[in-house]
Amino acid sequence: MSKITWTTAIEVRNLACRRGGRPVFEGLSFNLSSCGALVLKGPNGCGKSSTLRLLAGLLSASAGGLYLNGSDNSAGTEELGTNCHFYGHLTGLKTAMTVLENITFWAELYGPAMAAAEACGRMGLQKLLHLPVRILSDGQRRRASFARLLVSDRPLWLLDEPSVGLDASSVERLDHLMADHRARGGMVIAASHLGLGLGDAQVIRLGGEAKAA
Amino acid sequence: MNSFLTILKRDVRLAIRDGNTGGMAVAFFLIVVTLFPLGVGPELPILARISAGVIWAAALLSALLSLDGLFQADFEDGALDLFALSDPPLEYVVAAKAVAHWVVTGLPIIVAAPFLAILMNIPADGLWILILSMTIGTPGLSFIGAIGAALTVTLKQGGALVPILVLPLYIPILIFGVSAIDSAIFGGNPVPSLLILGAITLFAMGLAPFAAAAALRAALE
Repeated sequence: MSKITWTTAIEVRNLACRRGGRPVFEGLSFNLSSCGALVLKGPNGCGKSSTLRLLAGLLSASAGGLYLNGSDNSAGTEELGTNCHFYGHLTGLKTAMTVLENITFWAELYGPAMAAAEACGRMGLQKLLHLPVRILSDGQRRRASFARLLVSDRPLWLLDEPSVGLDASSVERLDHLMADHRARGGMVIAASHLGLGLGDAQVIRLGGEAKAA
Repeated sequence: MNSFLTILKRDVRLAIRDGNTGGMAVAFFLIVVTLFPLGVGPELPILARISAGVIWAAALLSALLSLDGLFQADFEDGALDLFALSDPPLEYVVAAKAVAHWVVTGLPIIVAAPFLAILMNIPADGLWILILSMTIGTPGLSFIGAIGAALTVTLKQGGALVPILVLPLYIPILIFGVSAIDSAIFGGNPVPSLLILGAITLFAMGLAPFAAAAALRAALE
């Protein structure tokens, strides 16, 4: 992997989220600096996915601020949006295109850093490169979707239940990739019920009172 | 510009592989226009009189036909989230997708139009103006349509709502597209109509990416 050292830090202060007029959570605060990781835990509907979408700038916060590199970015999270990778339940893959075509497309749009074929190889998809996504299994699709995070360099990974649908060896692969990413100075924020390979991560439990643990 | 072409190529490729969008629009266009000589009967002066209106109205409807898929598929499979986070802004993505929509619907319609013009007894004088007016006007259809498609992206049955939103906005294009051709056939000057048509298209191309991108951002909330 290329040696990029990101010097990015995120500070979240008193973030609150409302969905459909109903408060989901409020008073969410945390700091995350280069090489750091954060795991969001909590029951269904406690706002794990909403938090990730909020950080990506896909949702707007009802209160609170998001500060990037110490600067006030509360006016809009656009800056963070183009600094992050979002990996969620929806893969964004086009079933009519091959795995390679899909990944190459996102690489070109996000700024390529690694050959798409190599990124797919890291996800164990070497033999599936030229198959249309239509015939892939759910787990294979999710791995293909994860290859998108590898082809372009962005410091923050926002992962929504990254281990869902993956077999044991793929979960292990995921752990290695997250460790690699953090070793290069990247940050990982994951919403997950499971431990993942982020034993040293900060843990925030949403639902009831949201506070950094 | 590079990412513009990347999105354009992807959407055109998807339209061709899915096989419904482009081909369906042209087939619909051909069938609708062909119905008129059969229904009205072989009276050539009457056909020539209604030809421009029939061809333009059919073009409007066939452009509409494929609009609801413009953002819907990307919204449902999560690609729209990823577009929102990509380096090029969403406005840029919308513009590229509208151009792709034009390539798979507008362009084939323009190619098919001269053949239908013969069927509708448009004299040779009108033929070039027909092609010219469609070339100028159809990009406007795709861009205005993008606003309607973006506004209805969260609705599963948005297909019925898009025409209601978009057709009223298509009326100026219909009026000036038809009047340019009629002027050419019946001895007037088509240039003013073509200029207004060009102005409408340019206005749509300037405004629609911002309007549609705003609608898409609201849809992602």
